[in-house]
Amino acid sequence: MKGARRSHGPLDYSRRLWVRITLWLSFAFLYAPIAILVIYSFNDSRRNIVWRGFTLKYYERAWNNDSLIQAFANSLTIAFFSTLFSVLLGMLTAVLLWRFRFPAKAPFEGTVSLPIIIPEICMGVAMMAFFTRIGWPVDLPWPLNLGAITIAHISFSFPFVAMVVRARLARFNREFEEAARDLGASEWQAFRDVLLPYMKPGLIAGALLAFTLSLDDFVITFFTAGPETVTFPVKVYSMVRFSVTPEVNAASTVLLLITLVLTTTAILLQNRSGRD
Amino acid sequence: MDSWRKNPLVFWVFAVPPAVWLLLFFLTPLALIWVFSFGEKSGLIDVHITWTADNYMRALDPLYLQIFLKSFWFAGITTAICLVVGFVLAIAITFAPGRHRPILLLLVMLPFWTNLLIRTYALIAILRTKGSVNAALEQFWGWGNGLLALLGVEHLQLLGDRFEPLHLLYNNFAVVAGLVYVHLPFMVLPLYAALDRMDRSYIEASLDLGASQLRTFRSVVIPLAAPGIVSGVIITFVPALGSFLTPDLLGGTDSQMIANVIERQFKSANDWPFGAALSFVLMYITFFAIALRSVWSARRDAREALA
Amino acid sequence: MNGDSPIISINSVSKTFPGGVQAVQNADLEIREGEFFALLGPSGCGKTTLLRILAGFETPSTGDVFIDGKNMHGVAPNRRPVNMVFQSYAVFPHMTVADNVAYGLRVSGTDRGEISGRVKDALELVQLGEYGTRQPGQLSGGQVQRVALARALVKKPRVLLLDEPLSALDAKLRETMQMELVRLQDTVGITFIIVTHDQNEALSMADRIAVMDQGKVLQVAGPGELYEYPRDRFVAEFIGKTNLFEGTNVGWESGMLSLLVNGLGRVELPCAEHLYHDVGLAVRPEKMLLMQERPDHGYLAFEAEVEKIAYYGSESRVFLATDRGLALEVSIRNDTRAAADEQLSGRRWVVWRPEDTLILPD
Repeated sequence: MKGARRSHGPLDYSRRLWVRITLWLSFAFLYAPIAILVIYSFNDSRRNIVWRGFTLKYYERAWNNDSLIQAFANSLTIAFFSTLFSVLLGMLTAVLLWRFRFPAKAPFEGTVSLPIIIPEICMGVAMMAFFTRIGWPVDLPWPLNLGAITIAHISFSFPFVAMVVRARLARFNREFEEAARDLGASEWQAFRDVLLPYMKPGLIAGALLAFTLSLDDFVITFFTAGPETVTFPVKVYSMVRFSVTPEVNAASTVLLLITLVLTTTAILLQNRSGRD
Repeated sequence: MDSWRKNPLVFWVFAVPPAVWLLLFFLTPLALIWVFSFGEKSGLIDVHITWTADNYMRALDPLYLQIFLKSFWFAGITTAICLVVGFVLAIAITFAPGRHRPILLLLVMLPFWTNLLIRTYALIAILRTKGSVNAALEQFWGWGNGLLALLGVEHLQLLGDRFEPLHLLYNNFAVVAGLVYVHLPFMVLPLYAALDRMDRSYIEASLDLGASQLRTFRSVVIPLAAPGIVSGVIITFVPALGSFLTPDLLGGTDSQMIANVIERQFKSANDWPFGAALSFVLMYITFFAIALRSVWSARRDAREALA
Repeated sequence: MNGDSPIISINSVSKTFPGGVQAVQNADLEIREGEFFALLGPSGCGKTTLLRILAGFETPSTGDVFIDGKNMHGVAPNRRPVNMVFQSYAVFPHMTVADNVAYGLRVSGTDRGEISGRVKDALELVQLGEYGTRQPGQLSGGQVQRVALARALVKKPRVLLLDEPLSALDAKLRETMQMELVRLQDTVGITFIIVTHDQNEALSMADRIAVMDQGKVLQVAGPGELYEYPRDRFVAEFIGKTNLFEGTNVGWESGMLSLLVNGLGRVELPCAEHLYHDVGLAVRPEKMLLMQERPDHGYLAFEAEVEKIAYYGSESRVFLATDRGLALEVSIRNDTRAAADEQLSGRRWVVWRPEDTLILPD
């Protein structure tokens, strides 16, 4: 009498040894560099090679690095305003495409998705040329001097928001809106009381996405930033270029953490809204 | 879906802001660059539009052509590696037990969401002469020598008289490694989507009819997953082609890619027209790749519906 | 091939899925060569799992499967002498009909010249001779199914497995395909095993049927035996309609069992032995008659009031209730046109022969 056997069906690919090895090696490959970066941010050694002991002094130094903090403040401000406008424009775009038929709709849709497709460097240099050419003022006080960067960020963020919100709208039953109108609501009221609440999870996910995109952006910001309007990634870039110190590790770890928290929240929200 | 005429006011409320923004802060800059690409530089940042094709011709110079080719080469190898590894990962995730799948997907996609700069920088620490990889290899070298000593042959110095670190940074290898590192998650998602959507009965039917696993993979899985493969290839190849940070931070002097050349034109060489022309060449290549893919999928749909 | 040994032998096969679901419990089955065999049961009863175990897509947790005398333990699906027609047909959308049918031959290394001939024959067999160059996307559901059949049969397997072959077809097509499949099996002569939840299908097509519920094989018999001699309540209720009664044992004398049935009263049935326990009784609705007056002795007869009639064209189902509140269902054939006009209402005698009463083993 044969005992109970493991069930290895012919389609149980994830149980095959070579598949598992590749999986774990890939994860190691993907995460090891980041893990090492984070670990070494706590390393009490300037040269960053041998582990000498746990310390938070590089975090302290990063915190005391005025230009770094200023860059961080800039990034947050830009991300905030960029998100605000991106969500607004993204929402308008999504509703527009979902609800209306109009001439030249296809080209319009194509244009809206261009910022997503275009190589970042092309958009970066285009923005730089644009602002220079139109003579955008370069000596505005803070936070107005972040205007150019913010505009650039909005341009490439709102199509992403539109995409996210549109996915959410695709599942909306129009009869809710029609019922509201039938009961006497005006266009605006139906929009405010029926459509907007429904879109909310999509809007929040889109906002988190826009925030992350703005916070993380390097290439486009690199071209639109000036000496006085450095953002966090751009600052980190110049620090990396200059030398590899644990301070950079500390700064990077902080940015990593923020992005991680935001992204996970966005994903969780997306999953939850997908279940409605 | 309503016609816009049904409620013009509402329509305009929704249409005007995005349209105006796109026009002003997206299309205009692009148009500007496009016009610049036909100009000549006059002065530090001024451009004189002479409607010349010189800049584009210069792009065909052997010097720059070589860089284009190298960029294609890098992007190509990266895409190939990502395709092979990505496919295995996608298979592992698709056929994992249902409860493991979201976690595995998250684990693969999470690096994608972290900052590109940080990820690239992290690689530097790993690949340096005194970085983690070489440190580990040095350890192995030490153990190897220890073993040889045990066998009594250490005087032969079979592993060399001292450890020679591998030069893994500031060269082509580093650039490709970096590109794969950054773009691997991009490839997995469309492959996973395609595999997940596929009816498993097809695989079972193929096996049932006598085909081996390999043959099933070749004759059934790949053709049925083809749209996903094409998507994955495009969203890996195109961004890799236009990569700036990775070759900038990880590459050596001869590992330049197109984006690096463009950056130089705008930041140090101050040859904006030429930079503009290069930008547009890159954009045309991007559009071409996407158009190719649309044509391919349209043909495929037509073929499957006709005799 | 030895005519006595079965072509498929399932010995004490159980299958438990990770998560604890026991899909198949201790199944023992033998299927003879050349039979048209059906696995019948409600959804979730384990019939599809058992089929997939035969095909090789699931491995039994315990027990063995023998096909043609060989133990299939560890044998991959592509090495078994069986072929399967999947519920979704799984006809490859990226290949033509002919390429689909040829696929199994190509991957097994059959000679090129031979392939085209065999493909042609297989397509003729399922009446799709002219469809070789079409794409599956252009065919109707019934045609796609026939491609799946041809694709499996062209390999000349020892056994053909069919997973709910008719469930995706509409009613008319289903009837046609039922006869088609039987004819096909007759022509080709190999063993067919079909999985279905539709008892009409099983009864009309199969030589023998295995009724399953909750992972267990309850009864294996031919259609007639299954219908008239179900071995337990579930089978009696699952196959066709039944009137079920509970009978309290009050005695046995010279071949007649006396029972007190709730709602009917005293019932006397021919029975070989005392039994010494209470029994369940089953009577098929078509074995009952409705009469205006009580018949002569020799029949079981009980008065009841007509409550409702469901009209089905060729037959009507009459629902009655006895004075003591027991519900009865009687099936009558509308064998004259005048029958539709007859107003069936009021009190009638429900009559049937004692030997048409089935005593269910408990």
